[in-house]
Amino acid sequence: MATPGRSKQGVEVRFGERLTPARQIVRSALTSGPGILWVNVFLLVPLLAVIAMSFLTRGSYGQIGLPLTFENYTRLAGFGAFGFDPLYPLVILRSLVLAAGTTLVCLIAGFPLAYFIVQLKPRAKQIALTLVVIPFWTNLLIRTYAWQILLGPESLAARLGTALGLVEAGQPLYPSLGAVYLGMLAAYLPFLVLPLYSSFEKLDWSIAEAAMDLGADAPRVLRHAILPQVLPGMVAGMILVFIPAVGQFVIPDLLGGARTVLLGNAIQQQFGSSRDWPFGAAIAFVGMAVVMIGLWYYARTAGSDSEEALL
Amino acid sequence: MRKPSLPLWLWAGVIFVFLYAPIAVVIVYSFNSARHGGPWQGFTLDWYAKLFDSREKIEAAKNTLVLGLASTGIATVLGTLLGYGLSRYRFPGKKLFSRLMYIPVVIPDIVMAIAMLMFFSLLRDRLGLFELGMTTMILAHVTFQIPFVAIVIRSRMIGIDPAIEEAARDLGASAAQTFRHVTLPMILPAVVAGAMLAFTLSLDDFVVSFFTTGPGAGTLPILIYASVKRGITPDINALSTLIVLVSVIGTLAGLLLERPRRSSGES
Amino acid sequence: MAAAAPGEPKGLMGSAGSARATAVEVAGVRRDFGSFVALDGVSLSIRPGEFMTLLGPSGCGKTTLLRILAGLDVADAGQVLIDGQDVSEVPAHLRPVNTVFQSYALFPHMTIRENVGFGLRMKKVPAAAIAARVDRMLDLVQIASFAERKPAQLSGGQKQRVALARALINEPKVLLLDEPLGALDSKLRKELQVELLALQRRLGITFVFVTHDQEEALVMSDRIAVMRAGRIEQLGEAEEIYERPRTRFVSQFLGTCNLIEGTATRREGLAVLVETPFGSLRAEGHGAPAPPTPEAPRESLTLAIRPEKVRLSPPGEEGENRVPVTVRELIYIGSETHYLLDAPGGLILTAYAMNARIGSQGFDLGQAATAVLPPAGLLVLDD
Repeated sequence: MATPGRSKQGVEVRFGERLTPARQIVRSALTSGPGILWVNVFLLVPLLAVIAMSFLTRGSYGQIGLPLTFENYTRLAGFGAFGFDPLYPLVILRSLVLAAGTTLVCLIAGFPLAYFIVQLKPRAKQIALTLVVIPFWTNLLIRTYAWQILLGPESLAARLGTALGLVEAGQPLYPSLGAVYLGMLAAYLPFLVLPLYSSFEKLDWSIAEAAMDLGADAPRVLRHAILPQVLPGMVAGMILVFIPAVGQFVIPDLLGGARTVLLGNAIQQQFGSSRDWPFGAAIAFVGMAVVMIGLWYYARTAGSDSEEALL
Repeated sequence: MRKPSLPLWLWAGVIFVFLYAPIAVVIVYSFNSARHGGPWQGFTLDWYAKLFDSREKIEAAKNTLVLGLASTGIATVLGTLLGYGLSRYRFPGKKLFSRLMYIPVVIPDIVMAIAMLMFFSLLRDRLGLFELGMTTMILAHVTFQIPFVAIVIRSRMIGIDPAIEEAARDLGASAAQTFRHVTLPMILPAVVAGAMLAFTLSLDDFVVSFFTTGPGAGTLPILIYASVKRGITPDINALSTLIVLVSVIGTLAGLLLERPRRSSGES
Repeated sequence: MAAAAPGEPKGLMGSAGSARATAVEVAGVRRDFGSFVALDGVSLSIRPGEFMTLLGPSGCGKTTLLRILAGLDVADAGQVLIDGQDVSEVPAHLRPVNTVFQSYALFPHMTIRENVGFGLRMKKVPAAAIAARVDRMLDLVQIASFAERKPAQLSGGQKQRVALARALINEPKVLLLDEPLGALDSKLRKELQVELLALQRRLGITFVFVTHDQEEALVMSDRIAVMRAGRIEQLGEAEEIYERPRTRFVSQFLGTCNLIEGTATRREGLAVLVETPFGSLRAEGHGAPAPPTPEAPRESLTLAIRPEKVRLSPPGEEGENRVPVTVRELIYIGSETHYLLDAPGGLILTAYAMNARIGSQGFDLGQAATAVLPPAGLLVLDD
């Protein structure tokens, strides 16, 4: 029994309830209203305020106000008060590169994993998926500082690194870019594996089998028969990793130290020690812009159930 | 379906080790009697005992609990209503608002954190409302909890056979009666699951709490961060172990409740 | 097949019908879903105490019509009257009708007893009264021993009874049933068909029954409305619909029919002479079709005759409506033999013969015979 659409007068019966358009609005206001209102007031309006803030000036005594200016953005682009300073453009670039790199690493690690899980028996599949999800729901802070222990001096990994000539004896493997990548991978892998696995679940294997029948070798089968089918889930996962990764601040903070300044740390600085809120807002806006672009692209290519698939 | 090949098993094994190594090392080291996180020197429960001596930590634990319970309570009610409303009624602009709901889910938490910080500061300066502290943290947490709860409720609602509610109406139940006697009992497991997931989210949050907190309202994650910055101490490992335990139990319970059992919803 | 004429309402459960002539009146009901027309101006009168079946293939609109009657959907145009009152604007929970759903739609978190008593609870009937009526109803549908169980523990047939009890306990003026036996295996189906019919007879409540199974419709109904593409193609008693289908669709939807194209040549009283590849045939089946006027004589016609009406005689028999045939194929079913016959003009006729004689039966493969098409069984179709 399909739930039909509205009748000509606009009256509809849904789930047995007779609804005029006016009634639907009232019911919506009573149910969806509070939640939507809350998120709008406490998030969307503040986000708009951030955008507004980014056009204000910070005076010499720390007060924030007019005049409106593009200064914050030009500074981000590198054109500061003292000529061209590549600091912030590099920060942005580094963040994008890190996010892209993380996405790539997650993909390389996660693709075989998804492929692995889909081949398990149903019971084992459930267990495997739950195992993937559990770390995701534990505290990121705890998981990240744990890497300090794992990479610390005297640790197994550090000794391995010394043996390989990566570091001197007795030195930890962090803070370093490599450590940041490890932390990011550990944090974001589930984001990629779950949607990718969804696509794998829905895969039509007969196409791959037909390809093998016709004499294609493994790489070709992968490229032509499997890849096109899992592409939606893969792209969804990649976006779900990239977007939050751009603004990640805890992991670079703990594992990258003062050397690695990324978008997240930069924002934190402006709202912490530097107290330059308009500038911090501008940086945050760049982060938001990436989110918006990513979300827009995501909405275009993926379905709206993907977020639910995550849960 | 053919069985996975050996290389795949190995790869999967490596990855799982990789994913669980951090958690494992924290748990293991929480029992390590070495003072400064060095190599293993013997089993001890001292660090756990020490936790209960620290007033700072007890205070933070209390705050974390209050924050978690309060925000979860509010978010569960609002999120359930939202999930219900989205699955049932149409209104102009619904598609847009549905999409906007997902922003707290994907936005980098620092962007959300500073946005709220700015917002609360503005309100404080202009209207004298909302000193930074427990209240602002609760408000902030609810904001990112609501979409999660709503998503859980909404998918449960979609999974229910529409004929069941139609049958209730057909038998003479009004809208309120249908909700109370039929719909609510059927989605109750999902509501509880949503609440547990929301609580876990609150418990695990660091960034948003960090920016919206105030004096006397520090939470456990904030405490851990400050400690780690100074250098990892073993009692922090003990504390972390406990938190991880609570998160895992909460998540598993939530996941179990969320899966619709065969007997409910489908006749 | 249903024999008793619908008419006086009787009933153990009180006034199931009033003295009105119609229990349900549907007038000009339209329902569109975007560009898809589900109901195209349907009108129907259902008599009190009648077992009315809406029969048709999927997509014909029968379920849509039922849901509009229940209040689970709203029509774009037209009216629905129940017991003389216009209920078009009345929401489902205030209508004096109840529905038995195809998926049973039992409340999974309630016991059978709670399920059945639900409607009465909503009406705030006192608990003692509810208990008594629930017990009576559970006995009526023979499900009393399962009263404390939950729906998940019941079989399909048992769930069906519960759904029935839950609906009937409210003493609706009309009971709507949406393919209630569709999910059951055929043996259980046949049993429940008989029980359902007996129940309806006993209670005297007007039933509106939706199905796509023509045998089910014939077994249970007082009247059948055959629907296609949003319209009622033919309405009548079961025997009427079967013996005298008016359109090709109806003739093929219930049972099957031989179809013969021809041209009308002459009218003789109630009969029509039709020129066909078999020669001139005389058709009396429907009584008079629309008479050809002098200016626009009805040219091409389709004739229909049921295979069981076609009689087989030895070859060479002469006379009216006799067609020389050869046995192309025969299918022996035990009590019947089905013949596929090659006829003049390259047509194939189907004939069903009862194997009534003792000893060897009928005709052999390849044998020549004469097919006799009795004029009274030869129908002129409307399309």
